[in-house]
Amino acid sequence: MNEKTLAGFCIRCNDQGYLTDLAQWNKEVAVEIAKEEGIDMTNKHWEVIDYLQDQCRKEVAITIRKVGKSGIVNIKEFYQLFPKGPLKTASKIAGIPKPVSCI
Amino acid sequence: MKNLLILGAGTSGTMMSNALRKALPQGQWNISIVDFEDTHYYQPGFLFLPFDLYTPKQLKRDIKDFIPKGVNLIQQKIDRIEKEKNMVLLQNGENIFYDILVIATGCNIAPEEIEGMQGPSWHKTIFDFYTFEGAKNLRDKLKHWEGGKLVVHISEMPIKCPVAPLEFAFLCDSFFADKKMRDKVEITYVTPMSGAFTKPVATKELSYLLEQKNIKIVPDFNIEKVDTDNNKIIDYGGQEVEYDLLVTVPTNMGDEMTLRSGFGDELNYVPTNKFTLQSKVKENIFVIGDATDLPASKAGSVAHFQSDTLTENIQLFIAGKPLKESFDGHSNCFIETGNGKALLIDFNYDQEPVKGTFPIPGIGPLRLLKESRINHLGKRAFKWIYWNILITGKPIPFVSSRMKIAGKEINTSE
Repeated sequence: MNEKTLAGFCIRCNDQGYLTDLAQWNKEVAVEIAKEEGIDMTNKHWEVIDYLQDQCRKEVAITIRKVGKSGIVNIKEFYQLFPKGPLKTASKIAGIPKPVSCI
Repeated sequence: MKNLLILGAGTSGTMMSNALRKALPQGQWNISIVDFEDTHYYQPGFLFLPFDLYTPKQLKRDIKDFIPKGVNLIQQKIDRIEKEKNMVLLQNGENIFYDILVIATGCNIAPEEIEGMQGPSWHKTIFDFYTFEGAKNLRDKLKHWEGGKLVVHISEMPIKCPVAPLEFAFLCDSFFADKKMRDKVEITYVTPMSGAFTKPVATKELSYLLEQKNIKIVPDFNIEKVDTDNNKIIDYGGQEVEYDLLVTVPTNMGDEMTLRSGFGDELNYVPTNKFTLQSKVKENIFVIGDATDLPASKAGSVAHFQSDTLTENIQLFIAGKPLKESFDGHSNCFIETGNGKALLIDFNYDQEPVKGTFPIPGIGPLRLLKESRINHLGKRAFKWIYWNILITGKPIPFVSSRMKIAGKEINTSE
């Protein structure tokens, strides 16, 4: 467990920079994480982030297919917003856990 | 008389038919189970069949052999569930009414979900090993294959037995080394995840395996299509991987019956309470095994651990008592690493796989998250356990439904 300061907020995250408590997330923090990933946030980005957080709170497993069928973006657009590993990048910005397999 | 109906006579359904027949009084409850298939396959064996380590015959039994006396097997296809009428419609037009329904319809591969996958190259240069036919055809292909670029690939998550593709890659390394042609085969492992290992302890303990076996990794690859003219797979980000032989795990999906019934999710899985196994569809519908949408592994061991929770909760439901939130996501699997060795992992919703001893804390004899010969023997012995203990609904000695903390090296400071 690490602590780091982003946009003036002290947040807890794991070794890979994923927030460990969604309650510590706010938009300013998200903008800073996005910058580290080389992403400038637009309205479309925020819509996707909102959707992912909503799914996470409902304890629904998030998959790229689900995002593609969300009505917000299709998978191609998801890639354009968050290039290279969109699900893991978007999850990081959304303050939710990285998608993992069993090992 | 009341009626309990089970849909699906695979691992989960068969286990439940045995457990519930013992648990529910004969004079009060009729139990029926519906499955169209004639054959019960030992699915863990599909991993070994391509390498000729099991014969096809060892993996097949008659589905009837494991349905207990006092349970009525109906060999028909299911059309849909009419949940408001507490009724299941069969494709032959018959209706079955139930008081309690258990959905155990599992999941299957859906290669048609990926553009180009199921064309003329299917089972010629593109293979699955998640079906009996796929594994058998791949065995025939590997017998005469002269080498080249072998790509082991996962289309999208979740999949049944999530470590099987990695085990397949490990076994390929041994297989081609034994055939004295390892230098002619380039093995690449392509995954939509961030790596072959995603959990911190497993990543630290096991990453050496890929290097040791000279397996190249392509992570973060979300397949868009297969270009069969040029023998390459292409992802949504434009990344391309060439193959001579593609061994893929296609998209896995639940039975289309759930779609026709109007309650499956986007992959036809049934929304289920992750602790009680009651469906979120209706209170008298329960779900077990691969058919659920739970964030647990889709695996036989998981279904086995779930069967204890489900058997108890069905009895509580009948008695009008609150259900127990007792399923903890417990999963236990052997992972073949090739050269006669295997790993064992034991984990649940909250606890990632760590090192330790299993099933007897401090003794073993099996070792968690560490390669050993005895783990491999455990995996091979599992076929006997499956046919004789697991699906007959008996408990496995020393192995509890809930994951044990004792015997595990858990670093609590993190």
